[in-house]
Amino acid sequence: MVRAVRTVLTMATATRTPAPQRTPPGPPRRPGLVRTLWGSTLGKKAVMAVSGLIMLAYLVAHMLGNLKVFFGPEEMNGYAHWLRTLGEPVLHYAWFLWLVRVVLLAAVVLHGVSAYQLSRRDIAARPVTYQHRRPRASYATRTMRWGGIILALFLVWHILDLTTGTVNPRGQAGHPYENIVAGFRNWYADVIYIVAVLAVGLHIRHGFWSAAQTLGVTRPGAARLFKGGADVLALAITVGFLSVPVGVMTGLVD
Amino acid sequence: MSDERRPNRHMRLTLRIWRQPDASADGGMRTYEVEDISPDMSFLEMLDTLNETLIERGEEPVAFDHDCREGICGACGMVINGQAHGPERTTTCQLHMRHFSDGDTIDVEPWRAAAFPVVRDLVVDRSALDRVIGAGGYITAPTGSAPEAHATAVPKPAADAAFTHAECIGCGACVAACPNGSAMLFTSAKVNHLNVLPQGAPERESRVLGMVEQMDAEGFGGCTLTGECATACPKGIPMPSIAAMNREYLRAAAKR
Repeated sequence: MVRAVRTVLTMATATRTPAPQRTPPGPPRRPGLVRTLWGSTLGKKAVMAVSGLIMLAYLVAHMLGNLKVFFGPEEMNGYAHWLRTLGEPVLHYAWFLWLVRVVLLAAVVLHGVSAYQLSRRDIAARPVTYQHRRPRASYATRTMRWGGIILALFLVWHILDLTTGTVNPRGQAGHPYENIVAGFRNWYADVIYIVAVLAVGLHIRHGFWSAAQTLGVTRPGAARLFKGGADVLALAITVGFLSVPVGVMTGLVD
Repeated sequence: MSDERRPNRHMRLTLRIWRQPDASADGGMRTYEVEDISPDMSFLEMLDTLNETLIERGEEPVAFDHDCREGICGACGMVINGQAHGPERTTTCQLHMRHFSDGDTIDVEPWRAAAFPVVRDLVVDRSALDRVIGAGGYITAPTGSAPEAHATAVPKPAADAAFTHAECIGCGACVAACPNGSAMLFTSAKVNHLNVLPQGAPERESRVLGMVEQMDAEGFGGCTLTGECATACPKGIPMPSIAAMNREYLRAAAKR
């Protein structure tokens, strides 16, 4: 009788869903938030999304600031000076700019490291390619990795060109207008800049909408807004940044 | 309709099929000719026809997975001309030869992903998906006879969302189509299916955290939102399913 009851009980438990092996309910034993996020593909994507959005916000401000070049050297250079005095007297001279640079550096590093680690993982997850190839995904989607590498290289060039002035033919601190005009008179500076701006436009087109999805935008209305927003942002940033070298090349900015 | 009245019904095809004796052996594409293929045959019946001739010739038949042959079990995965389950949005068993033309050359390959090792020819081991389910894709509750249907009220939108995600048959086409071999669409379908329901609510956080952890541990790639998965899915699991899981994951990670 006892054995019969035990058999019935065993059968009853056997028909239940087996107890979870990896996620026992009850006492939490998982690592903290930062380690959980950094340790998972979804978490790293969230890091990429947030750092990308920070850089994008900076790019919008940067692009709008660049348009000052069309209002002459005084306004452009005055604007550049104002950026250094921003926050005074609470902040010391140029501290605001350095705060921005620290945040941007952190964003670039986190974005790049996440991208590198996730890409390594993605490539390893498809070790054998298909014999029958067919065109896949949009151009913006396919160029995210190479585009990102181009942008990282451009960052180095761009800082040496117009921040430190090392590779700029003029490179005089406090005179960005004159440096910009001198720089973009070189054909190679124009080519480098235009390629980078096109790369950033494509990157934003896929990246902005992807960031929204990574951070969990699901409502159809919001999704449409972000998807359309990606195109508008990409176009605005591309046109805005391209206008400066084109302005110098056409003699509009002199 | 008899064959006399439709004289050109039957097709002659060239097949290039991935042959691999076992998991450790090297494989390669081999070319076969098949004749007398009716447009009304399914793709699997066409392969059956090929296998009959191979057996007659004393050769090894092409191994492929199949079970229900009515599009609901998810066993019959293969990549046809570079597309998971072929040119139509359905399973391979429900793909009919009328979507091909006489004289076509068709490439047939197994699902390609590090997490799906090839067992033989077109058969891959998809048990990684089972282990993802095992890490939280269930409800810990005593089963038995069905509970009274009105005992737990389910809002209509939640029921609809659950049904949409519950359509996933775990065939692995999303993984096969993804350039990163990512199982995000599969995992998101399974997570959302239960997380939108009141029955799934008690384990809402541990489910998404556990399943994502297992998905990563199986060696699937990450999501780059190319959308290839949702395009290939024979059951139409929508792309926003992935964003919904991302939201669930970040919510769960923050809540702990």
